[in-house]
Amino acid sequence: MIASGLLKKFFLYLLVLSLLLFTGYPFLYMISTSLKSMEDFFNNPFSILPENITFDNYFSVFDMGLTSYFINSIIITFSSVIIVVLIASMASYPLSRMKFKFNRPLLMLFVVGMMLPFHAALIPIFVLTQEMGIYDTLFALLGPYVAFSLPVSVFILTQFMEEVPKELEEAAEVDGASHWKKFWKVLFPNTIPAISTVVIYNFVFLWTEFIFALVLISSPSSMTLPLGLRDFHGEFSVDVPGIMAALTLASLPVILVYLFAQKRVEKGLAGGAVKG
Amino acid sequence: MNMSSNYAKEGDPVTKSYIKKNKRKKTRIILGFIIPALVIYMIFTIYPIIATLNYSLTDWSGVSGESDFVGIQNYINLLGDSTFWQALQNNLFLVLVSVFLQIPLGLLMALVLFTPIFGKQLLNIVFFLPYLMSTVAIGILWLFMYDPSSGPINQLTEFLGIGMFDWLGDPNLALMSVLFVLIWQFSPLYMILFKAAMVGIPDELYEAANIDGANGFKQFVHVTFPSLIPTIVTSSVLAVVGSLKAFDIFYIMTGGGPGTATEILGTYMYDQAFINFNMGYASTIAAAMFIISLIAVIIIQYLDYRRKKKGILI
Repeated sequence: MIASGLLKKFFLYLLVLSLLLFTGYPFLYMISTSLKSMEDFFNNPFSILPENITFDNYFSVFDMGLTSYFINSIIITFSSVIIVVLIASMASYPLSRMKFKFNRPLLMLFVVGMMLPFHAALIPIFVLTQEMGIYDTLFALLGPYVAFSLPVSVFILTQFMEEVPKELEEAAEVDGASHWKKFWKVLFPNTIPAISTVVIYNFVFLWTEFIFALVLISSPSSMTLPLGLRDFHGEFSVDVPGIMAALTLASLPVILVYLFAQKRVEKGLAGGAVKG
Repeated sequence: MNMSSNYAKEGDPVTKSYIKKNKRKKTRIILGFIIPALVIYMIFTIYPIIATLNYSLTDWSGVSGESDFVGIQNYINLLGDSTFWQALQNNLFLVLVSVFLQIPLGLLMALVLFTPIFGKQLLNIVFFLPYLMSTVAIGILWLFMYDPSSGPINQLTEFLGIGMFDWLGDPNLALMSVLFVLIWQFSPLYMILFKAAMVGIPDELYEAANIDGANGFKQFVHVTFPSLIPTIVTSSVLAVVGSLKAFDIFYIMTGGGPGTATEILGTYMYDQAFINFNMGYASTIAAAMFIISLIAVIIIQYLDYRRKKKGILI
């Protein structure tokens, strides 16, 4: 009995160890390479521990243009997320709490968007952007980024708003509050948990978005991080430690958010997937 | 503004006009809240899809303004296009790999996190990390992992005595190599879906199973697994949708090559539109992707409806 228990434990830990190696090793490789000098890398490309830990790569990638990619990504991600939260929560208010004829069809129209492949909208958005004269600027990304973040956001927010107790709203009604006031004073504050889920989901989605950026941006000064990374890789492909430093830096914001709000990020990233 | 008291005197013409006015006001309020989102959604999602369907009936190149209506000629060409079928087949393969490898692996990770084991917190974080990286960053990282001469993967296979391979350059290996990366990236997503579902399984079920003398494995077969079937179904549908959205990793790692070995609908459509400048034909591919995703949506809705109506799991 004891022996079979031990055997079970042994296999469990063996399994855990292999899973750990499978998921964790590429990260270990990325980070340890980013801390090596070029010479160190060419001498010992596979060693986990660098001979001399150096942070030079991290400084040099900033000099090589990574700064502007970072700034662009921050600007477009933050402005898109703010707009999405604002208009998605506004739209969710009547969709979840007021009865009217087109209530369900409208909600369906938004929610179906979660399933759409971006490719189905790619060419017309490319054309539209050129006609509007904003091709190759950060502005070009704003429309599609907001539009393609709306479905998940409306989906999460309407579900949550449906659960907000009616009494809260009625209390405000007695005070003669208008719908606008009720939305800001009652609904919005009571939806904060869902809003944080929406913020996290969209932050991760937009921070890593690639295909719209690829099609709508061409000059390095307007590039976001994912696009910049690809450019960077094309230009300095010999400088493996430098590229690894750039990859680590680009991934860091999302990983940091995760470390600080683990439960919420997991919930947020599952948010678009879990129904009901 | 109490509506119910108004309905009581509905015959009264004065009240009738009051209700009408009230209704118009309500409509105005509803529109006020929805319009900003609706307008942006219409311009950047609904209109483009209609426009794509429209372009798909033309021979527009994208370079010149000239374009002629060609009817369903593009669709006929598409059906006879071997690259399209190859891409569709790879997309399908992607779905199969998701359902039979990613989802089980995600389930395994979730199960491990539910055993009494040392360092669970750390395991959870490490298991989840791949899903947090941008796909572009993942693609670049794995380009180096697979590097024929200086990559750690070949180092490992050489050490194990299997030999060294050109993982992304060999047409027989390329698709498998990219799919391996996708397993690495997406298993954590399924892990958290299963974790969420497993928390929701009532303890009483396990207690009852214990009384009936069911041990760990039997418990899994009779309690855990049946409770997870809805999650497995959702995840499988997600895999179909995800496969149609796939692009980044293939574009970065192989660009669809070598030849058409790793071509998927996403990369093929992109190449036709922005490399070969066949916007009309590319729109036809995009329309095909849209139609497939629409069918997936209808299936989900149907399953959902059936589940709610009959209270069954699948």
